[in-house]
Amino acid sequence: MKFPLIILAILHLHGITQLKDQTLIETSCRNTPNYELCVSTLHASPSSATATDVEELGLILVDAIKSKAESGVSAVDKLRRLHPELREALDQCRMSYIAVIKADVPEAVAALTKGIPKFAEFGMADAAWEAEICEGSFESAAESPLSPVNKDLHELATVAVGIIKILL
Amino acid sequence: MTISATDPNGPLYYNGWYHLFYQYNPDSAIWGNITWAHAISKDLIHWLHLPFAMVPDQWYDINGVWTGSATILPDGRIMMIYTGDTYDVVQVQCLAYPANLSDPLLLKWVKDPSNPVLFPPPGIGPKDFRDPTTAWLSPDGDKWRITIGSKIGKTGISLNYETKDFIKYDLMDGFLHQVPGTGMWECVDFYPVSMVGQNGLDTSVNGPGIKHVLKASLDDDKNDYYALGTYDPIKNKWTPDDPELDVGIGLRYDYGKYYASKTFYDQHKKRRILWGWIRETDAESLDLLKGWAGVQSIPRSIVFDKKTGNNILQWPVEEVESLRSSSVEFKDVTLVPGSIIPLEVHSPSQADIVVSFDIDKKTIEEAANMSYDCSKSGGAVNRGPLGPFGIIVLGDETLSELTPIYFYIAKAYNGKPDTHFCADELRSSKASDVEKIVYGSTVPVVEGEKYTIRSLVDHSIVESFAQGGRSVITSRIYPTKAINDAARIFLFNNATKAKVTASIKIWKMDTADIHPFPLDQI
Repeated sequence: MKFPLIILAILHLHGITQLKDQTLIETSCRNTPNYELCVSTLHASPSSATATDVEELGLILVDAIKSKAESGVSAVDKLRRLHPELREALDQCRMSYIAVIKADVPEAVAALTKGIPKFAEFGMADAAWEAEICEGSFESAAESPLSPVNKDLHELATVAVGIIKILL
Repeated sequence: MTISATDPNGPLYYNGWYHLFYQYNPDSAIWGNITWAHAISKDLIHWLHLPFAMVPDQWYDINGVWTGSATILPDGRIMMIYTGDTYDVVQVQCLAYPANLSDPLLLKWVKDPSNPVLFPPPGIGPKDFRDPTTAWLSPDGDKWRITIGSKIGKTGISLNYETKDFIKYDLMDGFLHQVPGTGMWECVDFYPVSMVGQNGLDTSVNGPGIKHVLKASLDDDKNDYYALGTYDPIKNKWTPDDPELDVGIGLRYDYGKYYASKTFYDQHKKRRILWGWIRETDAESLDLLKGWAGVQSIPRSIVFDKKTGNNILQWPVEEVESLRSSSVEFKDVTLVPGSIIPLEVHSPSQADIVVSFDIDKKTIEEAANMSYDCSKSGGAVNRGPLGPFGIIVLGDETLSELTPIYFYIAKAYNGKPDTHFCADELRSSKASDVEKIVYGSTVPVVEGEKYTIRSLVDHSIVESFAQGGRSVITSRIYPTKAINDAARIFLFNNATKAKVTASIKIWKMDTADIHPFPLDQI
């Protein structure tokens, strides 16, 4: 009768570990302005299952922000050809997304891995701002073909700031 | 080439030169890859770059040569203690010193083979242990003491250590001080000020007629807080004069953008001098275009405010005045309610402005009670009976861009007037990628004093001092139109009742060139 006991024990332990990670994500995400987005973004990443500290959760979010900014750059490059009349705004958006990818994200990664989280906060606060700047460079919200990207980027960045503030 | 500069490190005066080191990323306009850049000056104004003093090249600082402080021993040796971030991301303290003390430039620095000299103690997180202070002597004079900021939970603390040789340390019982709810204490600074004398004091001085300043940079809100108090060297504890204005919950060095500041004792001119990091408040996309981010403030001397007895005074070092060239002066200018007067000046973007305002006492007495808060006020457009009045800097001709620096007097419920000193960035620039808020706080005005402002304008940095340095606001301004000679300076009075009289003097400021030291010419 040992067999089933061992299997039960293994399943039980696995369940407890899952529960602990669940709690880390849940408690951390409660510190952000968008709990649903926080939880869904973290769960979408396989590495969240084994994350043991808030820094790792922060890095997952920063990576999601990087992907979102990269998708922004691709969108801009397509739109530039189709909408030459929007070139000025699209150029500004490209500059903003590149700043997120080349500066905000690397700064946040360096800060989170090296242990001075406030620089990660600066970086992610700037990422949210760059999304606003891009959106604001169009004459009106209706005119902006990048509204969905900017909204996502902004939301993700404010969620990242919430997670990072736990570390301060 | 893009660079990033942050915290000032290990400032000192030695053998004819002022030295400043600072956190520097040579690879990018963002934080990372931190080395110690090095600059020297004879007069705190004209600086010469030297090669890096320290780079992250040891296992114990490979992730960053972070902030530290210098202690000059009585025998002339210099001990530099700094935080290293190790290969496995633990914050440790390390010792370095000049390779050659007879080199006045202090070019080369040696890291002690015993490094790291301090690891995070039990109960302290490996990422909550950084920024060691300058050391001071124990009462017997046979040991040195330092303090290092940290946190336990959300309580900011400062740990006490004692050492004879800067290599072996004893962690002492209890903390120098702690304040619940303030979070991580970065860049702790601890130094004496004289209540009776004019000069600064060496860090080891203690005795009657002396108070100690304890300061912390709060990670949580990115501001530098200080408090005055008494240091008990037997218990090795510091107690604030006013617990309601304790470290982190009371006074700030600066109500604008100012962080990671550090003082040193200038034994050459017997002054306590303060350096601070002013970060950018524009978007990163702009910083990448510019290729740089972060500046150091103009150094300030610190003295105890004998008139109020419960704050310090900060004032730009007198050497700044050597940059003054031509000046214009306007005396006793009447500003009726709702007036704005442009001033003809040379070089309005690089100016030293000194102004004093007088207001009729009766008007203050007759005004109704009201409350005010610079940050929630909506700025200088919103009028009250006794304010706002002040100066406008970096304004363009049409005032499409402007930065008012002003006073606003508001009578509190007890009939006593509170004077608020604010810097309004709300309309400072037409650009959308710059931060725009109103900074400020209340400032004590002693009976009989006029309302005074000194404002140093340097293109995108404005440092403003009220009441001789009782309250200071550093602003980053990024005008698009009000630049160089297109900028204008104005006097204004937007109060509804008070008539204000102003006297103002404005100096053109020469540029302080900064170049590399001509090492090949030695």
